[in-house]
Amino acid sequence: MKKIYDILEFLGKIDRRWIFLFVFVFTTLPLALKFKVRVTPTEEVKIAFNYIENLKEGDRVLISIDYDPASMPELQPMLYAILRHLFRKNLKVIMMGHWPLGLPLGKTALEEVAKEYNKKYGEDYVFLGFRPGGSAVMVAMGSEIRNVFAADQYGTPLDSLPVMRDVHNYDDIALLIGLEAGSTGDFWVQFANARFGQEIILGCTAVIAPNLYPYYQAGQIRGIIGGLRGAADYENLVGKLGTGSIGMWVQSAIHILIIIFIIFGNVGYFVLRRRRKRSV
Amino acid sequence: MYSGFLHAFGVWLAAFFTLSIFSFLYKDNPFYKFAEHIYVGSSAAYWILYLFVFDVKPLLWDAFFRNTGFEKWILIVPFALSLMMLTRFIPNISWISRYAIAFVVGIGAGLAITGSIQGILIPQLKGTLVPLFGKENFWHYVNNWILVAGVLTTLFYFYFSIHHRGILRGLAKTGIIFIMIAFGAAFGYTVMARVSLLIGRIHFLLFEWLSFIFH
Repeated sequence: MKKIYDILEFLGKIDRRWIFLFVFVFTTLPLALKFKVRVTPTEEVKIAFNYIENLKEGDRVLISIDYDPASMPELQPMLYAILRHLFRKNLKVIMMGHWPLGLPLGKTALEEVAKEYNKKYGEDYVFLGFRPGGSAVMVAMGSEIRNVFAADQYGTPLDSLPVMRDVHNYDDIALLIGLEAGSTGDFWVQFANARFGQEIILGCTAVIAPNLYPYYQAGQIRGIIGGLRGAADYENLVGKLGTGSIGMWVQSAIHILIIIFIIFGNVGYFVLRRRRKRSV
Repeated sequence: MYSGFLHAFGVWLAAFFTLSIFSFLYKDNPFYKFAEHIYVGSSAAYWILYLFVFDVKPLLWDAFFRNTGFEKWILIVPFALSLMMLTRFIPNISWISRYAIAFVVGIGAGLAITGSIQGILIPQLKGTLVPLFGKENFWHYVNNWILVAGVLTTLFYFYFSIHHRGILRGLAKTGIIFIMIAFGAAFGYTVMARVSLLIGRIHFLLFEWLSFIFH
Protein backbone atom coordinates (compact mmCIF):
# COMPACT_ATOMS: atom_id res chain seq x y z
CA MET A 1 0.00 0.00 0.00
CA LYS A 2 2.88 2.34 0.88
CA LYS A 3 4.38 1.74 -2.55
CA ILE A 4 1.10 2.68 -4.27
CA TYR A 5 0.94 5.84 -2.18
CA ASP A 6 4.55 6.63 -3.13
CA ILE A 7 3.76 6.20 -6.84
CA LEU A 8 0.64 8.37 -6.56
CA GLU A 9 2.62 10.99 -4.66
CA PHE A 10 5.31 10.90 -7.38
CA LEU A 11 2.64 11.32 -10.09
CA GLY A 12 1.09 14.18 -8.16
CA LYS A 13 4.42 16.02 -8.15
CA ILE A 14 5.52 15.14 -11.69
CA ASP A 15 7.23 17.94 -13.65
CA ARG A 16 4.73 19.40 -16.13
CA ARG A 17 7.32 19.08 -18.92
CA TRP A 18 6.84 15.29 -18.81
CA ILE A 19 3.15 15.90 -19.53
CA PHE A 20 4.08 18.10 -22.51
CA LEU A 21 6.36 15.33 -23.79
CA PHE A 22 3.59 12.71 -23.48
CA VAL A 23 1.13 15.00 -25.28
CA PHE A 24 3.70 15.62 -28.02
CA VAL A 25 4.29 11.88 -28.54
CA PHE A 26 0.58 11.07 -28.46
CA THR A 27 -0.01 13.78 -31.07
CA THR A 28 2.89 12.97 -33.36
CA LEU A 29 2.56 9.20 -33.58
CA PRO A 30 -1.04 8.91 -34.81
CA LEU A 31 -0.44 11.82 -37.19
CA ALA A 32 2.73 10.25 -38.61
CA LEU A 33 0.91 6.94 -39.06
CA LYS A 34 -1.93 8.84 -40.80
CA PHE A 35 -4.78 7.16 -38.94
CA LYS A 36 -8.11 8.45 -40.21
CA VAL A 37 -11.35 7.96 -38.34
CA ARG A 38 -14.83 7.95 -39.78
CA VAL A 39 -16.93 9.75 -37.19
CA THR A 40 -20.70 9.68 -36.87
CA PRO A 41 -21.74 13.28 -37.55
CA THR A 42 -23.48 15.12 -34.75
CA GLU A 43 -27.09 16.21 -35.14
CA GLU A 44 -26.37 19.95 -35.41
CA VAL A 45 -23.79 19.39 -38.18
CA LYS A 46 -26.15 17.06 -40.06
CA ILE A 47 -28.91 19.69 -39.85
CA ALA A 48 -26.50 22.34 -41.20
CA PHE A 49 -25.44 20.02 -44.02
CA ASN A 50 -29.04 19.18 -44.94
CA TYR A 51 -30.00 22.85 -44.92
CA ILE A 52 -27.33 23.56 -47.57
CA GLU A 53 -28.31 20.37 -49.40
CA ASN A 54 -31.86 21.73 -49.77
CA LEU A 55 -30.83 25.11 -51.22
CA LYS A 56 -31.68 25.70 -54.89
CA GLU A 57 -28.98 25.75 -57.56
CA GLY A 58 -27.76 29.33 -58.06
CA ASP A 59 -28.73 30.49 -54.56
CA ARG A 60 -26.28 32.95 -53.04
CA VAL A 61 -24.39 31.94 -49.90
CA LEU A 62 -22.44 34.56 -47.96
CA ILE A 63 -19.38 33.27 -46.11
CA SER A 64 -17.86 35.49 -43.43
CA ILE A 65 -14.24 34.83 -42.46
CA ASP A 66 -14.13 35.86 -38.81
CA TYR A 67 -10.96 34.12 -37.70
CA ASP A 68 -7.21 34.44 -38.10
CA PRO A 69 -4.24 32.05 -38.42
CA ALA A 70 -4.40 31.24 -34.69
CA SER A 71 -7.65 29.33 -35.32
CA MET A 72 -6.64 27.97 -38.71
CA PRO A 73 -6.26 24.28 -37.67
CA GLU A 74 -9.93 24.12 -36.65
CA LEU A 75 -11.63 26.42 -39.12
CA GLN A 76 -9.65 25.99 -42.31
CA PRO A 77 -10.60 22.28 -42.82
CA MET A 78 -14.19 23.33 -42.13
CA LEU A 79 -14.01 26.07 -44.77
CA TYR A 80 -12.62 23.65 -47.38
CA ALA A 81 -15.36 21.10 -46.68
CA ILE A 82 -18.12 23.75 -46.80
CA LEU A 83 -16.78 25.29 -50.04
CA ARG A 84 -16.63 21.84 -51.66
CA HIS A 85 -20.25 21.27 -50.69
CA LEU A 86 -21.37 24.69 -51.97
CA PHE A 87 -19.59 24.42 -55.34
CA ARG A 88 -20.72 20.82 -55.82
CA LYS A 89 -24.30 22.06 -55.35
CA ASN A 90 -23.66 24.90 -57.88
CA LEU A 91 -24.37 27.56 -55.29
CA LYS A 92 -22.87 31.03 -55.72
CA VAL A 93 -20.37 32.05 -53.06
CA ILE A 94 -19.87 35.58 -51.75
CA MET A 95 -16.94 35.81 -49.34
CA MET A 96 -16.16 38.64 -46.94
CA GLY A 97 -14.75 38.89 -43.43
CA HIS A 98 -14.39 40.90 -40.26
CA TRP A 99 -10.88 39.71 -39.37
CA PRO A 100 -8.28 41.11 -41.81
CA LEU A 101 -5.62 38.63 -40.69
CA GLY A 102 -7.86 35.72 -41.73
CA LEU A 103 -8.94 36.99 -45.12
CA PRO A 104 -5.91 35.63 -47.00
CA LEU A 105 -6.80 32.19 -45.59
CA GLY A 106 -10.35 32.53 -46.89
CA LYS A 107 -9.15 33.75 -50.28
CA THR A 108 -6.65 30.88 -50.65
CA ALA A 109 -9.30 28.26 -49.85
CA LEU A 110 -11.86 29.92 -52.14
CA GLU A 111 -9.48 30.02 -55.11
CA GLU A 112 -8.26 26.44 -54.57
CA VAL A 113 -11.70 24.87 -54.26
CA ALA A 114 -13.13 27.01 -57.09
CA LYS A 115 -10.35 25.66 -59.33
CA GLU A 116 -11.22 22.07 -58.30
CA TYR A 117 -14.81 22.61 -59.50
CA ASN A 118 -13.97 24.81 -62.55
CA LYS A 119 -15.79 27.83 -61.14
CA LYS A 120 -15.25 31.30 -62.57
CA TYR A 121 -14.52 34.41 -60.54
CA GLY A 122 -17.30 36.97 -60.85
CA GLU A 123 -19.80 34.43 -62.18
CA ASP A 124 -19.75 31.72 -59.52
CA TYR A 125 -17.96 33.40 -56.67
CA VAL A 126 -16.70 36.76 -55.48
CA PHE A 127 -14.31 37.98 -52.81
CA LEU A 128 -15.45 41.23 -51.20
CA GLY A 129 -12.75 41.54 -48.55
CA PHE A 130 -12.96 43.55 -45.35
CA ARG A 131 -14.68 46.70 -44.16
CA PRO A 132 -14.10 48.09 -40.68
CA GLY A 133 -17.09 48.62 -38.44
CA GLY A 134 -18.22 45.13 -37.42
CA SER A 135 -21.87 45.34 -36.42
CA ALA A 136 -22.34 48.67 -38.26
CA VAL A 137 -21.30 46.88 -41.48
CA MET A 138 -23.83 44.10 -40.77
CA VAL A 139 -26.64 46.59 -40.26
CA ALA A 140 -25.74 48.59 -43.38
CA MET A 141 -25.69 45.40 -45.48
CA GLY A 142 -29.34 44.93 -44.54
CA SER A 143 -30.38 47.86 -46.72
CA GLU A 144 -27.82 47.76 -49.57
CA ILE A 145 -24.56 45.83 -49.78
CA ARG A 146 -23.18 48.45 -52.18
CA ASN A 147 -23.31 51.04 -49.41
CA VAL A 148 -20.57 49.06 -47.69
CA PHE A 149 -18.89 47.16 -50.52
CA ALA A 150 -19.14 49.31 -53.64
CA ALA A 151 -16.53 47.08 -55.28
CA ASP A 152 -14.88 43.71 -54.65
CA GLN A 153 -11.41 43.50 -53.15
CA TYR A 154 -9.79 44.03 -56.56
CA GLY A 155 -11.72 47.26 -57.15
CA THR A 156 -14.26 45.86 -59.66
CA PRO A 157 -17.66 47.51 -59.12
CA LEU A 158 -20.22 44.98 -57.89
CA ASP A 159 -22.62 45.65 -60.79
CA SER A 160 -19.91 44.50 -63.20
CA LEU A 161 -19.88 41.07 -61.56
CA PRO A 162 -22.73 38.76 -62.70
CA VAL A 163 -22.78 36.95 -59.35
CA MET A 164 -23.60 40.23 -57.55
CA ARG A 165 -25.91 41.87 -60.08
CA ASP A 166 -29.21 40.97 -58.36
CA VAL A 167 -27.82 40.90 -54.85
CA HIS A 168 -28.63 44.00 -52.82
CA ASN A 169 -29.23 42.92 -49.23
CA TYR A 170 -29.96 39.92 -47.01
CA ASP A 171 -33.22 39.25 -48.91
CA ASP A 172 -31.08 38.12 -51.85
CA ILE A 173 -28.85 35.84 -49.79
CA ALA A 174 -30.20 32.38 -49.08
CA LEU A 175 -27.77 31.59 -46.30
CA LEU A 176 -25.02 33.20 -44.27
CA ILE A 177 -22.22 30.96 -43.01
CA GLY A 178 -20.05 32.59 -40.36
CA LEU A 179 -16.75 30.96 -39.45
CA GLU A 180 -16.07 32.30 -35.99
CA ALA A 181 -13.15 32.46 -33.60
CA GLY A 182 -14.55 35.27 -31.45
CA SER A 183 -17.76 37.14 -30.78
CA THR A 184 -18.54 38.19 -34.37
CA GLY A 185 -20.97 35.27 -34.63
CA ASP A 186 -23.05 36.79 -31.83
CA PHE A 187 -23.28 40.03 -33.81
CA TRP A 188 -24.36 38.18 -36.98
CA VAL A 189 -27.17 36.60 -34.94
CA GLN A 190 -28.13 39.91 -33.28
CA PHE A 191 -28.20 41.98 -36.45
CA ALA A 192 -28.44 39.83 -39.60
CA ASN A 193 -30.82 37.28 -38.09
CA ALA A 194 -32.83 39.15 -35.46
CA ARG A 195 -33.24 42.36 -37.47
CA PHE A 196 -33.33 41.11 -41.06
CA GLY A 197 -34.35 37.46 -40.68
CA GLN A 198 -31.20 36.13 -42.39
CA GLU A 199 -30.77 32.35 -42.08
CA ILE A 200 -27.42 31.58 -40.45
CA ILE A 201 -25.16 28.57 -39.91
CA LEU A 202 -22.16 29.12 -37.64
CA GLY A 203 -18.91 27.20 -37.84
CA CYS A 204 -16.71 27.95 -34.85
CA THR A 205 -13.70 27.02 -32.76
CA ALA A 206 -14.43 24.58 -29.95
CA VAL A 207 -13.76 27.33 -27.37
CA ILE A 208 -16.77 29.37 -28.40
CA ALA A 209 -19.10 26.50 -29.38
CA PRO A 210 -20.80 26.33 -25.92
CA ASN A 211 -21.72 30.03 -26.24
CA LEU A 212 -23.50 29.39 -29.53
CA TYR A 213 -25.68 26.47 -28.43
CA PRO A 214 -28.35 28.75 -26.88
CA TYR A 215 -28.82 30.37 -30.33
CA TYR A 216 -29.21 26.92 -31.86
CA GLN A 217 -31.65 25.78 -29.18
CA ALA A 218 -33.72 28.95 -29.63
CA GLY A 219 -33.83 28.45 -33.42
CA GLN A 220 -31.81 31.61 -34.16
CA ILE A 221 -29.26 29.66 -36.19
CA ARG A 222 -29.76 26.63 -38.42
CA GLY A 223 -26.76 24.63 -37.28
CA ILE A 224 -23.41 24.64 -35.50
CA ILE A 225 -20.22 23.14 -36.86
CA GLY A 226 -18.06 23.16 -33.75
CA GLY A 227 -14.27 22.78 -33.66
CA LEU A 228 -12.15 20.14 -35.33
CA ARG A 229 -14.82 17.54 -34.56
CA GLY A 230 -17.36 19.63 -36.50
CA ALA A 231 -14.90 19.91 -39.39
CA ALA A 232 -14.39 16.13 -39.39
CA ASP A 233 -18.18 15.61 -39.30
CA TYR A 234 -18.64 17.90 -42.28
CA GLU A 235 -15.79 16.26 -44.21
CA ASN A 236 -17.54 12.92 -43.63
CA LEU A 237 -20.85 14.26 -44.88
CA VAL A 238 -19.25 15.83 -47.96
CA GLY A 239 -17.39 12.55 -48.58
CA LYS A 240 -13.86 13.90 -48.80
CA LEU A 241 -11.78 13.32 -45.69
CA GLY A 242 -9.16 15.96 -44.89
CA THR A 243 -7.11 17.27 -41.99
CA GLY A 244 -10.20 17.44 -39.77
CA SER A 245 -10.64 13.66 -39.97
CA ILE A 246 -6.90 12.99 -39.55
CA GLY A 247 -7.03 15.04 -36.33
CA MET A 248 -9.87 12.97 -34.80
CA TRP A 249 -7.70 9.98 -33.86
CA VAL A 250 -5.22 12.31 -32.17
CA GLN A 251 -8.03 14.15 -30.38
CA SER A 252 -9.33 10.88 -28.95
CA ALA A 253 -5.84 9.75 -27.87
CA ILE A 254 -5.02 13.10 -26.23
CA HIS A 255 -8.39 13.29 -24.48
CA ILE A 256 -7.84 9.87 -22.90
CA LEU A 257 -4.32 10.92 -21.88
CA ILE A 258 -5.60 14.15 -20.32
CA ILE A 259 -8.35 12.29 -18.42
CA ILE A 260 -5.71 9.89 -17.04
CA PHE A 261 -3.49 12.82 -16.01
CA ILE A 262 -6.43 14.60 -14.35
CA ILE A 263 -7.25 11.44 -12.35
CA PHE A 264 -3.60 10.90 -11.35
CA GLY A 265 -3.16 14.57 -10.54
CA ASN A 266 -6.20 14.65 -8.28
CA VAL A 267 -5.49 11.36 -6.54
CA GLY A 268 -1.85 12.43 -6.06
CA TYR A 269 -3.00 15.76 -4.63
CA PHE A 270 -5.27 14.12 -2.05
CA VAL A 271 -2.59 11.56 -1.10
CA LEU A 272 -0.07 14.36 -0.60
CA ARG A 273 -2.55 16.37 1.46
CA ARG A 274 -3.34 13.37 3.67
CA ARG A 275 0.38 12.64 4.25
CA ARG A 276 1.06 16.28 5.11
CA LYS A 277 -1.83 16.32 7.60
CA ARG A 278 -0.51 13.15 9.24
CA SER A 279 3.04 14.49 9.48
CA VAL A 280 1.71 17.68 11.16
CA MET B 1 12.16 28.74 -59.62
CA TYR B 2 11.60 32.02 -57.75
CA SER B 3 8.20 30.95 -56.36
CA GLY B 4 9.72 27.58 -55.37
CA PHE B 5 12.41 29.36 -53.38
CA LEU B 6 9.84 31.63 -51.75
CA HIS B 7 7.71 28.63 -50.76
CA ALA B 8 10.74 26.84 -49.27
CA PHE B 9 11.76 29.99 -47.43
CA GLY B 10 8.21 30.37 -46.07
CA VAL B 11 8.07 26.77 -44.84
CA TRP B 12 11.47 27.04 -43.10
CA LEU B 13 10.52 30.37 -41.55
CA ALA B 14 7.20 28.98 -40.26
CA ALA B 15 8.95 25.88 -38.88
CA PHE B 16 11.58 28.01 -37.14
CA PHE B 17 8.96 30.22 -35.47
CA THR B 18 6.78 27.24 -34.50
CA LEU B 19 9.72 25.50 -32.82
CA SER B 20 10.83 28.76 -31.19
CA ILE B 21 7.39 29.24 -29.63
CA PHE B 22 7.24 25.57 -28.56
CA SER B 23 10.64 25.96 -26.86
CA PHE B 24 8.86 27.97 -24.13
CA LEU B 25 7.35 24.69 -22.93
CA TYR B 26 10.81 23.74 -21.68
CA LYS B 27 11.64 27.18 -20.30
CA ASP B 28 11.75 30.84 -21.29
CA ASN B 29 14.56 31.53 -23.77
CA PRO B 30 15.76 34.09 -26.37
CA PHE B 31 14.27 32.14 -29.31
CA TYR B 32 10.83 32.35 -27.74
CA LYS B 33 11.23 36.06 -27.00
CA PHE B 34 12.42 36.72 -30.56
CA ALA B 35 9.45 34.84 -32.10
CA GLU B 36 6.99 36.54 -29.75
CA HIS B 37 8.20 40.04 -30.65
CA ILE B 38 8.28 39.29 -34.37
CA TYR B 39 4.71 37.97 -34.16
CA VAL B 40 3.39 41.04 -32.35
CA GLY B 41 5.23 43.43 -34.67
CA SER B 42 4.31 41.74 -37.93
CA SER B 43 0.63 41.38 -36.91
CA ALA B 44 0.45 45.10 -36.11
CA ALA B 45 2.17 46.00 -39.39
CA TYR B 46 -0.18 43.73 -41.33
CA TRP B 47 -3.24 45.35 -39.72
CA ILE B 48 -1.98 48.86 -40.53
CA LEU B 49 -1.12 48.03 -44.14
CA TYR B 50 -4.32 46.07 -44.73
CA LEU B 51 -6.53 48.84 -43.37
CA PHE B 52 -4.66 51.49 -45.34
CA VAL B 53 -4.52 49.64 -48.68
CA PHE B 54 -8.04 48.16 -48.67
CA ASP B 55 -9.95 50.77 -46.68
CA VAL B 56 -8.38 54.16 -46.06
CA LYS B 57 -6.97 54.61 -49.57
CA PRO B 58 -9.94 53.40 -51.68
CA LEU B 59 -12.74 54.52 -49.37
CA LEU B 60 -11.36 57.87 -48.20
CA TRP B 61 -8.46 59.12 -50.30
CA ASP B 62 -9.42 57.80 -53.79
CA ALA B 63 -13.12 58.35 -53.14
CA PHE B 64 -12.54 61.99 -52.22
CA PHE B 65 -10.85 62.75 -55.57
CA ARG B 66 -13.31 60.57 -57.54
CA ASN B 67 -16.64 61.70 -56.07
CA THR B 68 -18.41 65.00 -56.53
CA GLY B 69 -20.91 67.07 -54.51
CA PHE B 70 -22.24 65.76 -51.19
CA GLU B 71 -20.55 62.34 -51.55
CA LYS B 72 -17.19 64.11 -51.83
CA TRP B 73 -17.55 66.59 -48.98
CA ILE B 74 -19.15 64.20 -46.47
CA LEU B 75 -15.80 62.35 -46.43
CA ILE B 76 -14.32 65.28 -44.53
CA VAL B 77 -16.27 64.10 -41.45
CA PRO B 78 -14.53 60.68 -41.06
CA PHE B 79 -11.21 62.28 -42.02
CA ALA B 80 -11.61 64.94 -39.31
CA LEU B 81 -12.65 62.29 -36.76
CA SER B 82 -9.58 60.19 -37.55
CA LEU B 83 -7.32 63.24 -37.15
CA MET B 84 -9.01 63.97 -33.82
CA MET B 85 -8.30 60.42 -32.70
CA LEU B 86 -4.61 60.88 -33.55
CA THR B 87 -4.36 63.88 -31.20
CA ARG B 88 -3.99 61.34 -28.37
CA PHE B 89 -0.29 61.33 -29.23
CA ILE B 90 0.03 65.07 -28.42
CA PRO B 91 -0.55 65.55 -24.67
CA ASN B 92 -1.50 69.26 -24.90
CA ILE B 93 -4.43 68.68 -27.25
CA SER B 94 -5.20 65.03 -26.51
CA TRP B 95 -8.62 66.11 -25.10
CA ILE B 96 -9.82 66.60 -28.70
CA SER B 97 -9.69 62.81 -29.22
CA ARG B 98 -12.59 62.49 -26.76
CA TYR B 99 -15.01 63.76 -29.42
CA ALA B 100 -13.99 61.00 -31.83
CA ILE B 101 -14.12 58.42 -29.04
CA ALA B 102 -17.57 59.70 -28.00
CA PHE B 103 -18.74 59.20 -31.59
CA VAL B 104 -17.47 55.59 -31.65
CA VAL B 105 -18.82 54.81 -28.16
CA GLY B 106 -22.21 56.32 -29.04
CA ILE B 107 -22.61 54.17 -32.13
CA GLY B 108 -21.31 51.10 -30.27
CA ALA B 109 -23.68 51.58 -27.34
CA GLY B 110 -26.66 52.20 -29.62
CA LEU B 111 -25.99 49.06 -31.63
CA ALA B 112 -25.21 46.95 -28.55
CA ILE B 113 -28.40 47.91 -26.68
CA THR B 114 -30.76 47.28 -29.60
CA GLY B 115 -28.81 44.17 -30.64
CA SER B 116 -28.87 42.67 -27.16
CA ILE B 117 -32.60 43.21 -26.65
CA GLN B 118 -33.73 42.28 -30.16
CA GLY B 119 -31.15 39.58 -30.80
CA ILE B 120 -30.53 37.95 -27.42
CA LEU B 121 -32.98 38.79 -24.65
CA ILE B 122 -36.29 38.37 -26.49
CA PRO B 123 -35.37 35.34 -28.68
CA GLN B 124 -33.74 33.60 -25.69
CA LEU B 125 -36.84 34.23 -23.55
CA LYS B 126 -38.95 32.78 -26.35
CA GLY B 127 -36.55 29.83 -26.54
CA THR B 128 -37.16 29.09 -22.87
CA LEU B 129 -40.95 28.99 -23.24
CA VAL B 130 -41.14 25.31 -24.16
CA PRO B 131 -43.92 22.76 -23.60
CA LEU B 132 -43.42 20.65 -20.48
CA PHE B 133 -46.12 18.07 -21.28
CA GLY B 134 -47.46 16.66 -24.52
CA LYS B 135 -47.62 13.73 -26.91
CA GLU B 136 -44.07 13.79 -28.27
CA ASN B 137 -41.13 11.61 -27.26
CA PHE B 138 -40.77 11.34 -23.46
CA TRP B 139 -37.09 12.45 -23.55
CA HIS B 140 -38.04 15.60 -25.43
CA TYR B 141 -40.01 16.73 -22.38
CA VAL B 142 -37.24 15.62 -19.99
CA ASN B 143 -34.90 17.95 -21.93
CA ASN B 144 -37.44 20.76 -21.70
CA TRP B 145 -37.79 20.27 -17.91
CA ILE B 146 -34.00 20.37 -17.52
CA LEU B 147 -33.86 23.53 -19.65
CA VAL B 148 -36.52 25.34 -17.64
CA ALA B 149 -35.12 24.17 -14.30
CA GLY B 150 -31.61 25.26 -15.36
CA VAL B 151 -32.74 28.74 -16.40
CA LEU B 152 -34.89 29.36 -13.30
CA THR B 153 -32.44 28.02 -10.69
CA THR B 154 -29.46 29.78 -12.31
CA LEU B 155 -31.37 33.06 -12.35
CA PHE B 156 -32.34 32.48 -8.73
CA TYR B 157 -28.68 31.89 -7.74
CA PHE B 158 -27.98 35.47 -8.87
CA TYR B 159 -30.99 36.89 -7.02
CA PHE B 160 -29.46 38.39 -3.88
CA SER B 161 -32.40 40.41 -2.51
CA ILE B 162 -33.52 37.61 -0.18
CA HIS B 163 -31.47 35.35 2.04
CA HIS B 164 -30.90 31.87 0.52
CA ARG B 165 -32.32 29.70 3.33
CA GLY B 166 -34.35 26.47 3.44
CA ILE B 167 -35.90 25.57 0.09
CA LEU B 168 -34.42 28.74 -1.45
CA ARG B 169 -30.95 27.48 -0.52
CA GLY B 170 -31.76 24.23 -2.37
CA LEU B 171 -32.81 26.21 -5.47
CA ALA B 172 -29.60 28.28 -5.37
CA LYS B 173 -27.51 25.09 -4.91
CA THR B 174 -29.23 23.54 -7.94
CA GLY B 175 -28.44 26.70 -9.86
CA ILE B 176 -24.76 26.44 -9.02
CA ILE B 177 -24.73 22.81 -10.16
CA PHE B 178 -26.03 23.92 -13.58
CA ILE B 179 -23.39 26.67 -13.68
CA MET B 180 -20.64 24.16 -12.83
CA ILE B 181 -21.83 21.80 -15.57
CA ALA B 182 -21.69 24.72 -18.03
CA PHE B 183 -18.14 25.58 -16.87
CA GLY B 184 -17.15 21.92 -17.24
CA ALA B 185 -18.51 21.79 -20.79
CA ALA B 186 -16.72 25.03 -21.64
CA PHE B 187 -13.45 23.71 -20.17
CA GLY B 188 -13.79 20.44 -22.10
CA TYR B 189 -14.34 22.35 -25.33
CA THR B 190 -11.33 24.56 -24.53
CA VAL B 191 -9.09 21.51 -24.09
CA MET B 192 -10.39 20.18 -27.41
CA ALA B 193 -9.65 23.52 -29.10
CA ARG B 194 -6.10 23.74 -27.76
CA VAL B 195 -5.38 20.16 -28.80
CA SER B 196 -6.67 21.02 -32.28
CA LEU B 197 -4.18 23.88 -32.50
CA LEU B 198 -1.35 21.55 -31.48
CA ILE B 199 -2.51 19.03 -34.10
CA GLY B 200 -2.40 21.80 -36.70
CA ARG B 201 1.19 22.75 -35.90
CA ILE B 202 2.46 19.16 -35.62
CA HIS B 203 0.72 18.36 -38.91
CA PHE B 204 2.54 21.28 -40.48
CA LEU B 205 5.92 20.20 -39.07
CA LEU B 206 5.46 16.58 -40.15
CA PHE B 207 3.88 16.94 -43.56
CA GLU B 208 5.09 20.28 -44.82
CA TRP B 209 8.43 20.95 -43.17
CA LEU B 210 9.87 17.44 -42.65
CA SER B 211 8.42 16.07 -45.88
CA PHE B 212 9.96 19.10 -47.57
CA ILE B 213 13.39 18.23 -46.12
CA PHE B 214 13.22 14.50 -46.93
CA HIS B 215 11.45 14.91 -50.27
